[in-house]
Order: sequence, then C-alpha cells, then structure tokens
Amino acid sequence: MTRRGEAVEVEVVELREIAGEITNHMLTGFPSGELAAVIDRVLAADGIIAVTPVFAASYSGLFKSFFDVLDVDALVGKPVLLAATAGTPRHSLVIDHAMRPLFAYLRALVTPTGVMAASEDFGTAGLAGRVDRAADEFAALVLAGGQGAVAGLGPSGEESGRVSGTTDRFDAVTDFASLLGDQLR
Amino acid sequence: MEFGIFTIGDVTTDPTNGRTPSENERIKATVAIARKAEEVGLDVFATGQHHNPPFVAPANPPILLASLAAQTERLVLSTSTTLITTTDPVRIAEDYSYLQHLADGRVDLMMGRGNTGPVYPWFGKDIREGVPLAVENYHLLRRLWREENLTWEGKYRTPLQGFTAMPRPLDGVAPFVWHGSIRTPEIAEQAAFYGDGFFHNNIFWPMRHTKQMVDLYRRRFEFYGHGQADQAIVGLGGQVFMRPNSQDAVREFRPYFDNAPVYGHGPSLEDFARETPLTVGSPQQVIERYAAMADHVGDYQRQLFLIDHAGLPQETVLEQIEMLGTEVVPELRRIADARRPAHVPATAPTHAQLIEAGESSPNAHVNPAARNAQSEAARQSREGARA
Repeated sequence: MTRRGEAVEVEVVELREIAGEITNHMLTGFPSGELAAVIDRVLAADGIIAVTPVFAASYSGLFKSFFDVLDVDALVGKPVLLAATAGTPRHSLVIDHAMRPLFAYLRALVTPTGVMAASEDFGTAGLAGRVDRAADEFAALVLAGGQGAVAGLGPSGEESGRVSGTTDRFDAVTDFASLLGDQLR
Repeated sequence: MEFGIFTIGDVTTDPTNGRTPSENERIKATVAIARKAEEVGLDVFATGQHHNPPFVAPANPPILLASLAAQTERLVLSTSTTLITTTDPVRIAEDYSYLQHLADGRVDLMMGRGNTGPVYPWFGKDIREGVPLAVENYHLLRRLWREENLTWEGKYRTPLQGFTAMPRPLDGVAPFVWHGSIRTPEIAEQAAFYGDGFFHNNIFWPMRHTKQMVDLYRRRFEFYGHGQADQAIVGLGGQVFMRPNSQDAVREFRPYFDNAPVYGHGPSLEDFARETPLTVGSPQQVIERYAAMADHVGDYQRQLFLIDHAGLPQETVLEQIEMLGTEVVPELRRIADARRPAHVPATAPTHAQLIEAGESSPNAHVNPAARNAQSEAARQSREGARA
C-alpha cells in the first residue's frame, strides 16, 4: 500500500485485555470502559485483519463474543483478512468452514486467501507466501475503498437496508406520517 | 417536576435468604408500596402490564389502579407500560376512561411495545410487527377517545362501524399519554408527532444513549409545531438504594445486585453504577446524581424510580420509599424548580390543565401536527398579505 503512496497505520487490538468488558456487554447490552473506544476504532478502520487461535475446531469463544456484541451492520462492506493459528494442520479448514460464514453473514468483504498457521508452518516458506498473497488481496480491497467503490450497479447500502455502523441512527428519522400511511385519511 | 415509583411486579427470590414471596404477598405488597408513595409525598405510581411469570404486574393495569384510586387521594396513577401492541385499543380506550372517572382524572399512561417475543402470539400478534402495531393501534386509540360514531378500518383488528367507546373520557378530555422506548427511534418520533410525552427508561443504559433518544424526541417535537424543543415532555427512569452511610448501602445492596435477573453475574456494582443511573449510597449522593440528569437531557418533567425489585424485602422497599419521599425528593424538587426556565412546563399536563387548555393543547386533537401545520400556513399567508 505504501508503494501506492498511501500511509498505513496498523493498530493491534488484543481481545484478552477487554475480555471482561466483552462479557459485560453481552449481559448488559452496552459497551463499557475501553470496549466502547475499541469498537469505535474497529468501525473507523479501512480494513480489519481478524485473527483467532483455533479452539475445539473453531474460532475461540472470546473471538466470537467480540463479533457478537458488534452491531449486525458494523462490518458491512469492510475489507477483512482472516487468519488463525492452530496446534495441528488438521485444523486448516477452520478459516473456510467457521470464520468465512461468520463474516459472510456480517457482509464483510473477505479476501479469497486466508492465512492458517499451524505449529509446523511457522518458519516455512509456504506460510510466508500465503501471507504475501493474502496481504496483496487485502491491500487491493482496502485501496479500492471497500464496498461502494463502483457505484450504480446495485442498490446502495441505504437501499439494501444495511449500512456500516450501528443501528442507533438518530439523525435519519422516518417521517411519522409515512408510518401512519392509510390511517391518516 | 413530578417524582414517583414504577414497578414491574417481579417475583424474585431474595438472594440473601432464599425466600420467594407468594403471588398474593407480592400483589398486596404492591398496593402497600403505592399507598406509602402517597403517604411520603411522592407524585406518581406506575405499574407495568405483564402476562407471564416471574411477574405479577396486572395483565390489565386499570384493575390495580382502580383499587389504588379508592385508597389514595393525590397520587397520579400511571403505567409502565401499557402494551399497545398486544392489547386491543378498544379495551384500552374503555378501561382507562373508566379509570379516569373512578380516579377523578388522576390518570395518565405510558405506551410500550413489550420486549418478549412469546407474549405476542398469546394475543394473536407477531413481534416482527411490533412497530406497525404500535403505530396503528395508538392512532386508533386516539380516535376512540376523541371521536364518537367512529368508522374505522385497519390492518390489525376488525373494522369498526359507527362505534362509540364507552364511557367517554372524563370531562371529554383524553388522558395524557407517554410513549416509552429504550432504543427505537420510531417511538420517539411517534411521541413527538402527537405532542405526547416521551419516557426513556434508562435504568440499564448509559446516559450517552439516553441523551440521543431524548434529543431526537425534543427535535421532532419542535419540528411538528408543538412548541420549542425544551418544552417537550420528558420522563426518565432511575434506580437507587440508600442508607444514611453509603458503605452500608453498598454492602446491603450488593447481593441483590449480583444476583439480579437483568444484570446479575455480569459487571460489578461499581462499574454498572458508573455507567447507568443506578446509585447506591447516601441520600445526598442520590440527590447529587439525579439533580445532574437535567444537565444531560434538559429540564424534564417526570422522574420514576424502580425500588421494589431483585428480591428486596418489602420492609426494605418501604424504607427506601420513605427516604425518597422525606429526604431526596423535596431537595430534587427544589433544585429542579430553581433551574427550570419559566417557559418550560413543570409537569406533564394534568387533567385540570388539559381541561383549561382546551383546543390549544395537542392532547385535544387526533392529529395535532396537521393542525399546527395548517395554522402555521395560515399565519404565513396573513403575513404575506400584509407585506
């Protein structure tokens, strides 16, 4: 991306540090403490690299909990690169069988290449090659501006009823007369 | 400003001794709570409407409120909330009009949609239609209270032909209505459209969220021509536990907090108290916290406290109401009166005020926004003619 003249800022969010706040959000329905700021930064990012360890043949519960407390529309059209670590290469399909459906539901733009690193992959040329290929795809999505880079071919986010952000949209009010419809004769 | 208590009639086991009140105990306790509220000088008692355990709030609030009307003299009897989605508007119109007569007008009510899916099908409704049900049913309710020989057709109930709900509202004045919603902008918009009150039950929410909902309502209240944004009628929820010494309050309330059905087993009492209106401490701490609410949402008209919940013993609940009435509310009332500008209403309109306001009140009209728009257009054309 820097070769294209774009500055890149990378910020790492460790869910461990906000694990308690994620649980509290799940129970109370609102973010407290550092979590609110983290969610704001995730929503503002041009792209997300989402990484989880494999636990019991899937993403960790903590990883899922973070995406559970985000608004369902939070990641619509957001470029995402998926990656996972595992103790054995037999977990290699976790990215495609567990993570990819989650992000498809969230309507994120996920790169075709995911990066799985089992213990035996570390330090091998194959892993570095997959990282490069995924990074190349991810950079292209980010530079293209994610969803909406090509306008006019389909319904806009607004029209399809889902736009990135949170559901608390207090500025776009539906005029009440239109909600009343026929009742206003 | 009006202060009161609201209850949802939860039957909850006391976590400190494992004791669960019977339904009969809890129902009788609710009556005692309301009587205590009047005795110590609170202004409002509001009950929820519930159809499922672990609640014994009445399925039809006027049953409880009619009994209270006979046992009190001054208390405003209200709801928190009346389910406008699953209750036939014809029954709401008739039951609350009847209550108005029994209570000599000491009645207003708060519309809510209910938030548990299973309730809807018990009454032949679908929760996915929650907002459209609230919209159609409430508009019909307004007409039932204001029109006789009503002929009506809609989507959610059988049509009406020349129907007159009876009895007619006391003195021909429909009760004042609040609309309660926690996170649905359409409901704030609905309250604004009619010039009704908006109640944000913020007890489980941070002020930044409450402020956004109230701001939306105020902005749209002005847009629909009912007055300035700061004249809109706003109510908030609250939750407190007090002892003269704040450490005692925290120690006594903590087991109830830690095991409460809604937020228990999650955040610490301290975290939750920081983020939400929950205040556990001395009466002075409660005064300071609640006196500052108006800094966030503007001068508002009604503050209701949740007091009888989470398994707290009845004796403790009555002590809390006593402290509210004798130590907290007089001071909060004084502070609110001192800071409120003269053009901002002190309370939601009372029955007497609605009679006196007559046609000039939005409450007198089915669609006051349309009427405001017409008179504004007429004013502009007069001014145009003069120029």
